[in-house]
Amino acid sequence: MSLDLAPALSATEEARRQIEICNACRYCEGFCSVFPAMTRNKAFADGDLTHLANLCHNCRGCHYACQYTPPHEFALNIPAALAEVRHESWERLARPQALSKLFQERGVAMAGLLTVALALFFWLIAAFRPAGGEGFYAYMAHNLMVAIFAPAFILPLALIALSLRDYWREVGGGRVRLRHLAQAGRMAGRMRNLDGGHGDGCNFEDGDRFSHRRRIAHQLVMWGFLASFAATSSGTVLHYVFDWPAPYPIWAPPKLFGVPGGIAMVIGTGWLVALKLRADPNLGARRVWGGEMAFVLLLGAVAATGLALWLATGTAAVAPLLAVHLATVMTLFLLMPFSKMVHGFFRFTALVAEAGKQEKG
Amino acid sequence: MTEIYDIAVVGGGNAALCAAITAAKTGARVIILEGAPEPYRGGNSRHTRNFRCMHRGPMSPLTGTYEEEEYFHDLMLVTKGKTDEHLARLAIRTSEECLPWMQEHGVRFQPSLSGTLSLSRTNAFFLGGGKALVNAYYNTAADLGIEIVYQAQVRHVHRDGQRITHLEVQIAGAPATRIEARAFVLASGGFQADIDWLARAWGPSARNFLIRGTPYNRGVVLKDMLDQGADSVGDPTQCHAVAIDGRAPKYDGGIVTRLDCVPFSIVVNRDGQRFYDEGEDTWPKRYAIWGRLVAAQPDQVGYALIDAKSIDLFMPSVFPPIVADTIPELAAKLGLDPAAVAATVQQFNSACRPGPFHPTELDGLATEGLEIAKTNWARPLDTPPFYGYQLRPGVTFTYLGLKVSDSAQVHSPEGPITNLWAAGEIMAGSILGQGYLAGFGMTIGTVFGRIAGKEAAAHVA
Ligand SMILES: Cc1cc2nc3c(=O)[nH]c(=O)nc-3n(C[C@H](O)[C@H](O)[C@H](O)COP(=O)(O)OP(=O)(O)OC[C@H]3O[C@@H](n4cnc5c(N)ncnc54)[C@H](O)[C@@H]3O)c2cc1C
Ligand code: SF4
Ligand code: SF4
Repeated sequence: MSLDLAPALSATEEARRQIEICNACRYCEGFCSVFPAMTRNKAFADGDLTHLANLCHNCRGCHYACQYTPPHEFALNIPAALAEVRHESWERLARPQALSKLFQERGVAMAGLLTVALALFFWLIAAFRPAGGEGFYAYMAHNLMVAIFAPAFILPLALIALSLRDYWREVGGGRVRLRHLAQAGRMAGRMRNLDGGHGDGCNFEDGDRFSHRRRIAHQLVMWGFLASFAATSSGTVLHYVFDWPAPYPIWAPPKLFGVPGGIAMVIGTGWLVALKLRADPNLGARRVWGGEMAFVLLLGAVAATGLALWLATGTAAVAPLLAVHLATVMTLFLLMPFSKMVHGFFRFTALVAEAGKQEKG
Repeated sequence: MTEIYDIAVVGGGNAALCAAITAAKTGARVIILEGAPEPYRGGNSRHTRNFRCMHRGPMSPLTGTYEEEEYFHDLMLVTKGKTDEHLARLAIRTSEECLPWMQEHGVRFQPSLSGTLSLSRTNAFFLGGGKALVNAYYNTAADLGIEIVYQAQVRHVHRDGQRITHLEVQIAGAPATRIEARAFVLASGGFQADIDWLARAWGPSARNFLIRGTPYNRGVVLKDMLDQGADSVGDPTQCHAVAIDGRAPKYDGGIVTRLDCVPFSIVVNRDGQRFYDEGEDTWPKRYAIWGRLVAAQPDQVGYALIDAKSIDLFMPSVFPPIVADTIPELAAKLGLDPAAVAATVQQFNSACRPGPFHPTELDGLATEGLEIAKTNWARPLDTPPFYGYQLRPGVTFTYLGLKVSDSAQVHSPEGPITNLWAAGEIMAGSILGQGYLAGFGMTIGTVFGRIAGKEAAAHVA
C-alpha cells in the first residue's frame, strides 16, 4: 500500500494535464473537432477546457488510439477527463444549482419526480374530467393542459438560455454569424463528431472496433425528437391559427411528424440503452452514468406512451395512458436544464462558438 | 501446447502483424506470440505516426509525386551510402502498393494537417497514430482466425541444421513451453530496451540514455539467433538517438518527449559551453543528429536556452520549461554554473548581428567570430523571461540485425535457413546502415512483413 499525499486534481486541472500531453502529440488530430481546436492554444485557460469538453462527443476514438492510456504513467483518458469537465460545466452553469447536481447524477431522483408527476395527472384527470371535448380533450380540458405545460416548457428553456449566455462568456465566444449557425447545424445534423473523421464511426460498444451504431441510434433519437417537437408545434399552429383542434387524421402534420418521430425515438432510445450497457463506463463520467441512463429511458417512455396513446384511441386505456404520457412529458420538460437533455443545447452552442473561433484562427 | 501451427510469428508490432495477416489470408494457421501484455501490445509501432511511401502520382492522403529515385536519394543522404541498394529499392518500390493494402486492412490516414505540411508529400500519417494502426491490424488478425497470445516471451528459437523446429516460449511468467510450427517469422524488433546490451556496445554512458519506445524490445530473439550463427548485418555499436526532454520516463515516453526548440536556442553542456551549431539546418533535417551530439557530452546531457522572443516558435513540449528572469538565475535552476553560462550567453549575444529572421527557412542570420558558429536563426538571448530545457539522448532504433535476402529469409554461413523469415527492425540494418529517414521504419516493416508472410505461407502450402 502506498500513501499518496499529492492532492487529487480537480476535473479541470486533470483535463489540463491530459490536454497538454495531447497538444505535444496530436496524433488524434482528425478524429473530431476537439483536436484542431486544441492546437490553437499553447496554454489552456479554464474556459478553453470548458470549450474543448463541450466539443467532445465522447466518441472514444482518441482513447483506444492512445499510447499513453493506463497502465502507462501518463494515464490518459481523454474521453473521461473531458466528460467530467463537461458535466461539471453543465452543473456549474445551471440554475438553480441545488437541482442541477441532484438530477444529473441520480436516475432515482428522476424516477421520483416522474412518480409525483404521474400522481398529479391521474388525479387531474379523475378530478377535472371535462364534460365535453374530443380526443384527449375529452379527458383533460385543453385550457388546463396549456396552463400546465406552457410554463413547464418555457421556464426551463429560459433557464437554459441563461446558462448558455454564461457559457458563451466563459469560453470567449465571439459574434454569431449565420454561417456559424449553418456550420454547427451541418455538424450536428450528421453528427460529424461521431463518424471518427475517417467515416467508419466511433468506438463505443465494441472496444477499439469502429461502428456507426451509436451514431445512427443517436440520430434516430435526435431526429425523432425534433419530428415529435414539430408535431406538437404544428398542432399548436393548427389549433390557434386554423382553429382546428385535435384529434388529427393520419395525413395531418401533427401525425405525419409525430408517428414516425415517435417510432424513431423508441427504436433509437432502446438501441442506445443496449449500446450503453455494453460500453466501458470508465470512458465517460462515471458518476452520471445512472442519470444518463434514466434520461434515455425517460425519452423512450415519452415516445412509447405517445405512440401507445395513439394506438389506444377509443379504448378504455386512453385515460391511464394519457396520464402516464403527460407525466413523462412533464418530467422531461422540467428536467431539461438539469438532465442530459441540456447536452444538445451546449453541444450546439459549442459548435457555433467553434465555427467562429476557426475563422479567427 | 501440442498443436502444430503452420506459421508462428514472433512479436506483435507492425512487421509481425503484416506477416501474420498476409499468411493467414492464404489459409495458413497462424499464431502470434506477443511478448508484451495486451495494453502494451504493438512494440515501437504503437508510438509511430507515419510511413514513407513512394508514389508516382497523387495518392490520397499524399500530395504530388515521390518517385523511386528521389526516395532512394533521400535514403542515401541519411545513410551516407551504407545501404543494400537492392533491398532498399525493393522496399521503396513496394511501399507504393502498401498504402492501399494498409487501408484495406483497416489503417486510416490523416488528411494533410497543420503541423505536418512539410511531410505531406512523402509521408502518410496514421489517423490516431501507430496504436490505431496496431489496433486495426489486431482486429483484422482476429477476424482471420489468427491465434494471438500476449505475454508470450520467446526465449529460444530452436535451430536444427538449416531448419527451425520449435520455439521455447514463456507465457505469462509460466515455465517455458514448446510451440511447434512448420515455418517461423521473427519480427521482435530491435534491442534498445536492453540497457546492458547498449552499455556493452556504446560504453557505460549508454546507461544515461532514455528509451523512447517499448521496454519489451530486449533483443532476446535477435541475440539467440546471432548466438546460433545466423548472418548479421548493421553496426552493433550504433543506435539511433534523438535529443529529448531529460525529464522523460526511462521507457515508452514516445513522441511527446521530443523537443523542437534547438534551432531557436543555444545549447550548452554540463559545463555551460556550447558544442555544436544549433542552426545548421532546418529541424526536420537535424533532429536526428542531436541525440548523438548530446550523448558525446559529459554526463550525456545538454541544456537548451531560449528567450521570450522564441518560445512560441516551436511545438509545445509535454513538460513545461524552466523559467527565470535572468540567465544566471536560469542556469542555477538548471543546476549549471551561473557564471559559466552567463559568459557563454554574453559571448554569443555579442557575436549576433542584425538581419532578417525567418523561423521557417534558412535565414542565414549567423553569428560572427565564434569558434562554434550558429549559422541560422542566431538572435541574442536578451528578452526575459528566459526558458531552459534539459536534453538527453532518447534511443529510437538499433541497427544490428539479421541479414536477410530479398525474400526476407534468414541466412547462415551454411546457406538459407529453410523455414525462417525475418521482418521489421530485427532485419532493418540490412537497409538502414546508419542514420534514419522519417517513416522508413514502418515502410521496412510493412514491406518485409508482407514478403515474409507470403514466403512462409508458400513454404507450408
Ligand atoms: C517514439 C518512436 C517514434 C517512432 N516513429 C516512427 C514513425 O513515425 N515512422 C516510422 O516509420 N518509424 C517510427 N519509429 C520507428 C518504428 O517504431 C520501428 O521502426 C518499427 O515500429 C519497427 O516495427 P517492428 O514490427 O519491427 O517492431 P516493433 O513494433 O517494435 O515490435 C516488436 C514486437 O516484438 C515483441 N517482442 C520483443 N521481444 C520479444 C520476445 N522475446 N518474444 C515475443 N515478442 C517479443 C514486442 O513486444 C513487440 O510487439 C519510431 C520509433 C519510436 C521509438
Ligand atoms: S489521446 Fe493520446 S494519442 Fe491522441 S493526441 Fe492525445 S496523447 Fe496523442
Ligand atoms: S472522445 Fe472522440 S470526440 Fe472526444 S476528444 Fe476523443 S476523439 Fe474527440
